Amino acid sequence: MLTCRQATQLLSERLDRTLQFREQGNLQIHLLLCRSCRRYGKQVKTLSQLSKEFKNFDEGK
Amino acid sequence: MSIEPANANQEILQQLQNPAFVIELRQQMLKFAILQLSSLQQAEDAVQEALMSAFQYIDSFTGRAAFKTWVFAILKNKIFDLIRQKSRLMTMSELFNDEDSEQSIDALFDASGHWNKYEAPQAWPNPEEILEQQDFWIIFDACLNHLPAKYAQVFMLREMIELSSDEICEKLGLTVTNLNVLMYRSRTRLRECLENKWLLKDDCSC
Repeated sequence: MLTCRQATQLLSERLDRTLQFREQGNLQIHLLLCRSCRRYGKQVKTLSQLSKEFKNFDEGK
Repeated sequence: MSIEPANANQEILQQLQNPAFVIELRQQMLKFAILQLSSLQQAEDAVQEALMSAFQYIDSFTGRAAFKTWVFAILKNKIFDLIRQKSRLMTMSELFNDEDSEQSIDALFDASGHWNKYEAPQAWPNPEEILEQQDFWIIFDACLNHLPAKYAQVFMLREMIELSSDEICEKLGLTVTNLNVLMYRSRTRLRECLENKWLLKDDCSC
């Protein structure tokens, strides 16, 4: 079973590379059981989306 | 292809005669550059160079991309060159001999690697709602500036300049493992800062 620390590291790496099958499986199991890490995963994805909007922020859109 | 290139250029050239348009564009570019270079002098130089290149090569602007997107693409390249020059001066040991950052991540988890009670992520609104908040960008900006410069640089190369991991590693001489660690720490600290400063309206010194 992954710790939250390991799970969050994988959630970050998932945005930069394709996880191996086994990593993917371990992560999914952890996420089923851990609300905090589910939130972390969503939020780092949101950070990525927001960063891409950032340079347009002066336009208000 | 609805706009003839010549017409698009003419329209842009007209806009460029309008001081208000140029001043506003320059401000936006400067804001973007300052964040990435953390030096006003360098940011001004990069913006100046990017604008000059844009004017010089205005003929190669085809009107297919928005003018602003095109100018920002030129600016991104200038910034990347500058960051690459700077990072040559930064050794690998400097990048990783960074106990502060390691410890600030450690503090989020207990000894068994699970979230500490008060550090566990809270629920966030969805991205659309976040973007509607007026002061969100000010806080985002502050949190980015709060990251150690080298973290902010790598984060921005990846998430704003949108280089691939391989490109960043190749250009900065990092291994993929190094980059993964840097990105993990950057995202984790940024996430925490945003949550504390904005969502919880807390005045912690994160």
